[in-house]
Order: sequence, then structure tokens, then C-alpha cells
Amino acid sequence: MLFYALRRLFLVSITLLVASIVVFAVLEIVPGDPARLMLGINATEDAVAALRLQMGLDKPLVTRYFSWIGGMLTGDFGRSYTYSVPVMELVRERMVVSLPLALLALILSTTIAIPVGIFSAARRGTSADAGVMAATQVGIAIPNFWFALLLVYLFAVTFRLVPAGGFPGWDAGLGPALASLVLPAIALALPQAAILSRVTRSALLDVMSEDYIRTARAKGLPANTVLWRHALRNALIPVLTILGLQFAFLLAGTIIIENVFYLPGLGRLVFQAITQRDLIVVESVVVLLVATVIVVNFLVDLAYGWADPRLRTR
Amino acid sequence: MTMTIKSILAGTALVFALSTQAFAAKTDLTLGVALEPPHLDPTAGAAAAIDEIVYANIFEGLTRIGPNGTVEPALAESWSLSDDELVYTFNLHDGVTFHDGTSLDAGDVVFSLDRARAEDSTNAQKALFAAIDTVEAVDDLTVMVTLKQPSGSFLYNMGWGDAVIVAPETAETNKENPVGTGPFRFDSWAKGSSVSIVRNPDYWGDQVALEKAMFRFISDPAAATASLLAGDVQAFPNFPAPEAVPQFEADPRFAVVIGSTEGETILSTNNGKPPFDKLEVRQAIAHAIDRQAIIDGAMFGQGTPIGSHFAPHHPAYVELVETYPYDPERAKELLAEAGFPDGIKATIKLPPPSYARRGGEIVAAQLREVGIDLEIIPVEWAQWLDQVFKAKDYDLTIVSHTEPNDIGIYARDDYYFQYRNPEFNDVMAKLDATAGEEERYALMRQAQEILANDAVNGFMFQLAKTGIWDADIEGLWENSPVQANDLTEVRWTN
Repeated sequence: MLFYALRRLFLVSITLLVASIVVFAVLEIVPGDPARLMLGINATEDAVAALRLQMGLDKPLVTRYFSWIGGMLTGDFGRSYTYSVPVMELVRERMVVSLPLALLALILSTTIAIPVGIFSAARRGTSADAGVMAATQVGIAIPNFWFALLLVYLFAVTFRLVPAGGFPGWDAGLGPALASLVLPAIALALPQAAILSRVTRSALLDVMSEDYIRTARAKGLPANTVLWRHALRNALIPVLTILGLQFAFLLAGTIIIENVFYLPGLGRLVFQAITQRDLIVVESVVVLLVATVIVVNFLVDLAYGWADPRLRTR
Repeated sequence: MTMTIKSILAGTALVFALSTQAFAAKTDLTLGVALEPPHLDPTAGAAAAIDEIVYANIFEGLTRIGPNGTVEPALAESWSLSDDELVYTFNLHDGVTFHDGTSLDAGDVVFSLDRARAEDSTNAQKALFAAIDTVEAVDDLTVMVTLKQPSGSFLYNMGWGDAVIVAPETAETNKENPVGTGPFRFDSWAKGSSVSIVRNPDYWGDQVALEKAMFRFISDPAAATASLLAGDVQAFPNFPAPEAVPQFEADPRFAVVIGSTEGETILSTNNGKPPFDKLEVRQAIAHAIDRQAIIDGAMFGQGTPIGSHFAPHHPAYVELVETYPYDPERAKELLAEAGFPDGIKATIKLPPPSYARRGGEIVAAQLREVGIDLEIIPVEWAQWLDQVFKAKDYDLTIVSHTEPNDIGIYARDDYYFQYRNPEFNDVMAKLDATAGEEERYALMRQAQEILANDAVNGFMFQLAKTGIWDADIEGLWENSPVQANDLTEVRWTN
């Protein structure tokens, strides 16, 4: 077990190291000078040079990589070129929006999708199943920014129940903060729920045709018991895989929804940092996200073991 | 259960009543701005988003630019110019304090101007200070600026956001915590969301009507529309969605104010690269462009055609749109004369703003009509600066040059247009050294004509400023002679 953990840790470190090199190299190759971008087209060459010096961009590539990675190891993620505040502070400010939003969307999509998937699988071939499948197809096909705009026009512009966008901060109280996250969470959750319910349904149907289900039925267990106790648990493996992927996406891939709701989330931070060539922010956040994805995958692996005891011994 | 619902309803009604009451004496305003500034120090960055928050609100200079582009006194209540036009003597207002409580004196002015033009300065508009030879404090409230040569635009230059007066104690921290002398103080900045400013009770001039103003960052055009409709923001001085304007024009709750900017939107042409070094080729492009079609198609009808690099609202403007009128047949002839009877293949690099991306599609279609086949290459700003601006690796591009009175860029030999004309440079040198208004205007007219005749770039249109705000707000600028949201005269009328 210890050997397993060590090997795992070693692999994780290698992955992170490679990711950090790739991210750093890619961003250095991308054309664009952060100093020139900051000072614009009327700036004189010596003003740009002075700013490059201030930003530390005059040092050679390798030196900058090692000082960045060295800082990261000691918990110092560097300072943003544009905002000139510690990167960690920026990330923390965005995390308090992105993390609750991702969790909210995930909870919402799971609570919708799993019952719908089970419902649909249990009534396979009926018109109810066909209806659900059609609805989920639509849910996948609808662009989420468009759906988000519909939500805004309905609930913010017409009924004025919630703000059209923005985030007042948690200091403003739980109510206003949550109110500003409700629409984005719904807009994010629905397409995810559509995918998840289809995966749940097909996973369940696969399991339902297994021999052990037939055995369970043959020994006279009621259909519901077979479904809930034997089939569902085994069908959860692909569902968990999708959930893990979706969480990583929800954390940083929600840039479009963040734009529609002008939320100060992690996705917009990265996007803005890329366009402003705030390299240190992009590099640090991307490596943090890589780390998050690795951790989430690890948790999903553990959850596999919970769902399917056979996997624990491997 | 019914009781609870009733009490909730009663509570809601009460809140509603209170909020309507508060509305009567409204002194706060939430504005939408499309871009978040990288920081809040106008002396260390070119981003218009910085000035859109701090100009005239938080920071002030010796002079300032008014709503109609004229130079007005600010921290300097008066000034005089020596007979040889070389020495400006500024008399500062008495009793001016910075937001941190320290008082403003001549030493702060000397510090600010010296800092901006220092060797290691990171001021984005260092050229504004190029004419300065020395800056001296005569006494606490008098500053003497000696110029190297007479400069007709000096007072104007001192009104830019890049020339504001800062205190030595706080200069290095203004990026995060701007400390100026203006009628508003910085309050807070929620990164990614908004910047808040509050009234400065110790302001030296008249107190402003607003107690609090918040700038919210909303870049998505659809979100900007929704934010106004939902009442989350009450004003969008530079509204990013021209397509939604008719909807607001039809709605009596909103005022739609379309003014002008200093943005000459041009099809920049690489004059240093064949075949665009040939006058005939550039003339052909000028004849191939249908300006109104571009304005209608890309800007939903908002914008004024231009025939040179000059703003139509400027008193020295010359109407030159008809120098090379839209005439595709003539364009083809000129191409043939230049030695390209079979047309030209070239690229056009388009930065992100919609005037460039949407305008570029239309320009490409128009040029194709006369045999100039353009490959469209979308680029980000960072790439644009690197490839087009710095390396001059481009054929054509579309950019709005938003700096006021920037015709002088054509005299810079290393500028990305690669335009070199000694005659034009002469005119600019004379303009620099002339202070009399009439003579200056005559030189400006001459300069416009030279650029128009040389068809240096495809001169397309002056960018419009589309402002949308609550019909009960007054005092926001109609035009933008500088990129600012000056809130000093803004108030609710109801």
C-alpha cells in the first residue's frame, strides 16, 4: 500500500513537472510582450524597456522558469504583471466564486440527472423514455450561453427576481451572493445534467443485461430491489468518471457563462491574463488547475473502489 | 404557513417602499464599463480603462480637457507664458489636499513631471513631456516650466491622464490604491467585478452631487444589454452593443446619446512593403472602399466618414472624403497602371474589436470586387502589437487610433505605417513650434490634405461614442475628447 502511494505520488509529481514546463514554454513562445501591451502604441522604447526591467522580463528564460517553479514549491506563486498583486491573492478571490458555483452546478446536475437516468432506464422503450431522451438531446444541443441569456431575460429583466449578473461578494450576505449564483448554476447544470442522465441510463441498461442481474431476478427479488441494490451501484462507475471530468470543467471552463453573467470567476481570470500576457498568472493558475484535476481524478479512483469492491484489490 | 407568507409579503412591500423612498434622493450611480483596468495609475499604463475610472474623478493635472475638448484650468488656477513662448508659470490653487490628507504644493508638481520624463519612467505617453527642459518650484504655489522650444500643444498635453499630479509618498502605490486630489476618493476594487469611488468631502472645488459611484466590468455585449434592462447598471457611457441601440431608443426609461470620439478608424497600410509602397495601389484601395457600407454593416450606422486622419468635430477639420470617391472601376484602372492588371493577393490582420473584425470582412469583400484578394487573419492585441506594430510584418490591418490630435504619428519614421514624407514632417515640425491658434489650424489643414492625397491609409470613419443611461441622469459626456467618465457634473434629476 505504501509502495502504491509512493509510486502514485511520484507519477503525480512528474505529471506536474511536465505540465509546468509545457505551460511555461508554450506561453513564452506565444507572441506578445506584456510590457508593450501595458504601455500601448504611443510608448517610447525606453519606457517599455524600463517596465520590462521592473517586471523581471529581462532575465533569461531558464532563470525565470526556475525562479517561478522554485517560488511555487515554497508556496509563492509570484506577482501578477498587470495587477501587481500576489497571484495567490487573485486566485483566492476568484475561487470563492468559482468553487461554490461549480459545486452548486454539480449538485444541481446530479440531483436532476441520476433520477432522470434511472427513471428512463426503468421504462426503457416506453414513450416516457423516448420523451426524456428527446429532452436530453435538446439539453445537449442548446448552447449554454444562449440558454443563459434566456434565463437572464426571464428572471432578471422581466421578473427582476435576481440580478442580471455580477457577484456582490460573500460579505454582502448569503442571500444576495447565492441569488447571483442561481442562474449561472442552472445554465451550467442543465447541459451537464442532460449528458449525465444519458450516461446513467445507458450504464444502467448495460448492467441490467448482465448475468448477475438475471440471477437476482431469477431468485425472485422485486424489480426495484434489483435496480437499486444491484444494478445502480455497478452502473455508477461511468457516472463517476463523467462527474470527475465535469467538475474540472466547471471549475475553469466556464468562461462563456462567466462572461454572460460577468462573474469574477477563475475562467475569466485566465482568459484575461492570456489576452494581457500576464504570463505569471496564466502559468500559475494552469498548473494549479492541473493539480486540481489530478486530485479530482484520484478521488474518483477512490470512489470507484467504493462503488465496486473488486477494484480495491487491484 | 399562511401567516409566514403574509409576513414575507408585508416585509417585501416594506422593503419596496423604503427603496422607492431612497430613490427620491438618489446619490449613487452604477456605471458599466467594458474593460477592467490592469491597475489604477494613469501615469503608468496606456489602457483607456484606467482613465475611464480615474480621470477627473480621482486624479487631476495642472490643466484638464473639458467635455468639448477644450483646455480648462484644473490644479493650476491660472498661468502665463513668457514672450519668447518658452516659460510657463503656473499658479496653483491654494488649499488643495491629496486624499491621504497631505497638502499639494509646487514640489509635488515638480516631482510628478520629473518622474514622468525620467530615464526609468514607465509613462506610456512620455512624448507629452518631451518639450520640457526644466521644472522648478518658485514658491509653494508657483511652478515654472521651461521648454526646449515653443510648444503649441503643451497646455493640452498637461491635461492628459498621463500628466496628472501625484504625491511622492503615494506614487508607487497608486496602482492598487490611487491617491489623487480629485472630487472622488478611491474606495474599493473587487477584482473582476467592480471599482467603487466615494465623494471626497475635503475637495478644494465644488462638491460633486454623487456620493458614491461604482464601475462594473461587463464586456459581453448581450450581458451589457441585460444589465441595463434589469437595472443592475444605470449608465453605460461606452455601450458595446450597437445592434441593441434601437431597443433602447424605443424605451422611454433610457437616454441614448450618440457622440463622437477621437478614434480615427483606418485601414492601416504598410507603406514600406511592395506593392503598397506604390501610390497607385493605395489610391486604388481608397477608391475601392465604400465607407458608408462599412459604417452601416459593421457599426450599425454609427460613425462619420473621414477622408484623412483627423476628427470631424475639430475646428481645423477639412472635408476630404471626396479626394478618392468610391469608384471600383477607377480602382481597377489604377491597379492596372501600377502593373497589377490581374490583381493583388495580400493579408489583412484584424485585432479583436468588432469595428476591426466586422469591418474587416466588409473591406475584404469590397477589395475583392476590384481584384485585391485579402486573406483575413484574426489576431489578439498582444500579437498585433508584436507582429504588426513592432515588427511591421503586415500588409493591411484595421485599427481605431483613439489618441486625440494624433496626426503627428505620420511624421514618425519608425511608425508601423512606414510612411515617409519630408514635406509632411516639415509641417509637423512647424506645428510643434507654433503657438498661435490660427496658424496652427492652417498647418493642421495642410497636414490633412497631404495625408489624404498620399492615400497613406484607407481612411474609413470616426468611431462613434454610444452612451446609454437612465433618462433621469444628467451630466455625463456626450463626446469623448479624452477617454474618461468624468462624473464631476453628474446628478440624478429625480
